Amino acid sequence: MQQKADHNQARERYMELVKRLTPKSKLGQGCLRAFWVGGGICMLGQAIADAGHRWLGLASADASAFASITLIFLTALLTGIGVFDKIARYAGAGTVVPITGFANAMVSPAMEFKPEGWVLGTGARLFTIAGPVLVYGISASVIVGILYYFIRW
Amino acid sequence: MTYLKVFLTGGLLCVIGEALILKTKLTPARILVLYITAGVILSAAGLYGPIVRFGAAGATVPLTGFGHLLAQGTISAVQEKGLLGAFTGGMQAAAGGIAAAVFFGFLTAVCFKPRPKDT
Repeated sequence: MQQKADHNQARERYMELVKRLTPKSKLGQGCLRAFWVGGGICMLGQAIADAGHRWLGLASADASAFASITLIFLTALLTGIGVFDKIARYAGAGTVVPITGFANAMVSPAMEFKPEGWVLGTGARLFTIAGPVLVYGISASVIVGILYYFIRW
Repeated sequence: MTYLKVFLTGGLLCVIGEALILKTKLTPARILVLYITAGVILSAAGLYGPIVRFGAAGATVPLTGFGHLLAQGTISAVQEKGLLGAFTGGMQAAAGGIAAAVFFGFLTAVCFKPRPKDT
């Protein structure tokens, strides 16, 4: 009887320890990681745009495009050498939401389905996720354009 | 100071995405579609411009910024050329990003071998 009580007590202490040592919540941890990695990627983008403005004399819209293109290039390279997946697994939405997520969503399936051929493998799979993104983005912008033509808010 | 604003704005947009993924089981692909569409709508409604002025790259690097680019490109093209601009403006503004993603994506697939998932 005494032994069983001891056992229960030990079990309780153990459960308490588990509770104390596991991170507060998956949500909190995920959000923290997404926040600092995502914010960091945006700061990198700002640094690239500033560099383009200062040293290449780019206007502000061009500097912003320059930053996007550079980030896309870096994402493609890091995806190619297998580093991006590791960062993405840690950061969750922190790498999905910035333009890096769009780039990775194109590069990753294009690479993975290379064995299915250059046309229907790589060529088609580039747009597995980018396709829907462009469909909805472009359609929404055309609707905005038509509405704007008639209403001019 | 600019960089702090960039960090906060970009970080916050990512946190919203993370919360959506964890709470609603939206897949990353749906998040991307949602963000670009939301960017177009918010920008057209005049709500995204102020966010860009505050957060600079923190607002333009996330995919909502891509939507903003599409919407603003379309609107200024409509002002310039009328209805034709509704079809040419968005893609023209976003051309750099789209061409870069297609080209570098293709180049990466050419240069690297696919590796077994998860090691």
